[in-house]
Amino acid sequence: MLSFIGRSIIQKAVTLFFVSVISFLIIHLAPGEPSQVDPLNPKFTPEMVERFRKEFHLDKPLYVQYLYFYRDLLTGRIVSWKDNQSVLQKIWERFLNSLPLFIVGTILTWTLSFPVGIRSAINRGSPFDRSSTFVSYLLISIPGFFFAYVLIILVVTRLQVPVIGMETFGMGDAGPFSIAMDRIWHLLIPSVLGATGGIAVLSRYVRGQMLEVEGQDYVRTAKAKGLSSDDVHYKHALRNALLPFVTMFGMILPGLIGGSVIIESIFSWPGMGRMAYEAILARDYPIILTVNFISAVLVLIGTFVSDLLYLVVDPRIRL
Amino acid sequence: MEYQAKTNSINAHLDTPAAPKKTPFQEFWLLFRQNRMAIIGMVIFVLFFLTAFCGLLLTSGTDPLFDPSLVRLQEKLLPPMAKPNPQTLPPESFPTLGIYLFGTDDLGRDVFARMLQGAWVSLTVGFVAVGIAVVIGIFMGGIAGYFGQHRIRLDHLVLVMGMTTGAFLYSFQGLKWGAALLIAGHVYIFLLVGRRLLTGRSQLPPALRGLQMNTFSVDTLIMRLVDIMLCFPSFFLILTVVALLPASIYNIMIVIGLTSWMGATRFVRAEFLSLRELDFVDAARALGVGNIRIIFRHMMPNAIAPVLVSATIGIASAILTEAGLSFLGFGVPPPHATWGNILSDGKRFIFDAPWLTFVPGIAILIVVLAFNLFGEGLRDVLNPKLRDRH
Repeated sequence: MLSFIGRSIIQKAVTLFFVSVISFLIIHLAPGEPSQVDPLNPKFTPEMVERFRKEFHLDKPLYVQYLYFYRDLLTGRIVSWKDNQSVLQKIWERFLNSLPLFIVGTILTWTLSFPVGIRSAINRGSPFDRSSTFVSYLLISIPGFFFAYVLIILVVTRLQVPVIGMETFGMGDAGPFSIAMDRIWHLLIPSVLGATGGIAVLSRYVRGQMLEVEGQDYVRTAKAKGLSSDDVHYKHALRNALLPFVTMFGMILPGLIGGSVIIESIFSWPGMGRMAYEAILARDYPIILTVNFISAVLVLIGTFVSDLLYLVVDPRIRL
Repeated sequence: MEYQAKTNSINAHLDTPAAPKKTPFQEFWLLFRQNRMAIIGMVIFVLFFLTAFCGLLLTSGTDPLFDPSLVRLQEKLLPPMAKPNPQTLPPESFPTLGIYLFGTDDLGRDVFARMLQGAWVSLTVGFVAVGIAVVIGIFMGGIAGYFGQHRIRLDHLVLVMGMTTGAFLYSFQGLKWGAALLIAGHVYIFLLVGRRLLTGRSQLPPALRGLQMNTFSVDTLIMRLVDIMLCFPSFFLILTVVALLPASIYNIMIVIGLTSWMGATRFVRAEFLSLRELDFVDAARALGVGNIRIIFRHMMPNAIAPVLVSATIGIASAILTEAGLSFLGFGVPPPHATWGNILSDGKRFIFDAPWLTFVPGIAILIVVLAFNLFGEGLRDVLNPKLRDRH
């Protein structure tokens, strides 16, 4: 167990090192210089560009820049090129904005997809199963931005509630109830959108797992000895079908960052995805690289946690 | 006489095989036909292909039949099926069909013509990106699965890493160090080759034999590379690269392809690891068949099914990714229409001109859905566990 933990930590550290090198190379070898991003700006005199290059070590060779960058990142001193503010501070603020979206989305995904998946597996081939299969394909295939506009049109014209941004501007004298409702409406639509793909994929996966377990001999035995169907399905089958999902808890973590770029920019939600998008447009390399690095760390922690959980939960695995 | 007739009938009976002989394709089709959703998916897929091809023919050239870039400012934001107004519009700017089938956008351009033009972009992005991913995946997965147990020698590893770093340094900033690394690498190669030619021995002298120590296997190397690639948030990475590179459809295809080969690699590797232990591969090897022929003639046809399925679904997600990129304003430069940027242009008018959102949105939805259904149908049919039942 300890040797497994030690080995996988070393392996993940090596992976992280290569990720940091590759992402650094991709960003810095792309054509164009960050110091020339705004050549028409009259304030950007050649002396300014030179000072800018010196300040951010852009005049040094690439590997020196790499060392400087990751030294600053790991000591937390890294600053954005655009406004000279601490990158970690900025990311933390945006992260707090994204967090409610992420939490509501995750809760929706996990609470909706299990009942749907289990029910379609138990009644295989029923109208419910067939329609839920079709709906999940539909949800996987629908482009998120299109679905976002459909929902906006529906909600705004039918229910007459504003949905863009985090809150309605200028509600200072409204009662606490209307402020709370306003917040909830603003939160609900983007979270539903963030959850659609997850619900569709996860419910299909639950259905598949459940079907596989229902075909096992011990489920047939349980049925044959006359247990009630609730006992068979929920005690014997479901508990075994849940095993692979333990590992998926680890895979939730990376979702904190990825995938929210489009939705956050449609809804003007000041979250991490939108910050990353703005950083890409402005060629603010420290922010892009830091977001990339943090999300790689989250992926690695996620896989590590899911390996560990599997080890704890499944007695058949001994390393 | 009677005896003759009897033998004839027996011979006739022997000539016709006892079980109906079906080619693999017939068997596949028999199973596939039963999956109604997959059939619908396939029909839509074929229709989409034809539309995209016709769209390319009808909208390109200097004087196309459907002109997607003809601006008619007096006819802007007309709803679908609207007729052009002959009082204000000169007859030569009339839409080819006589009506605006899908309406017009904020510059009065015919949305139908723009959709036709955009279909080709979606199609090629999907196919080329997935093609790149599948080729890389088969190559990497094939090496990892077939030659995976070979160990890499320390000197080879150091050599390759040193030369790559040298090439990078040389072509970008550190000229001196890069050149030094490259020269050192070449000197080492010449020494090794020269020694082998002169003395006929490939082993180093005992003092240096530590350099030829085996390190990790090829399989480990490739699988760690897959792990590294999986660490990147894929849409964010694609967005970053596409934003930094000059806007072009080819960059999008290449970037999507280069960031989505990991699945195919894993599938091919897994299949190869189990196939290489089977008797027919041993038999081929015993007959003296070469590695390349074993890989491509004997093993690949048996390993390709899961790759095909994931490729079909990969096309769907590549189309979605391209639409998302166009929507964010990256990708194909503006006068050329893609489904994503028609939708993106229309987002300012969602309440006044909802067709600018719905027409491209539903088109993307239908095409992606068709690919997903077709892929799932393929997966069911190509799965040998299910095949046994029929």
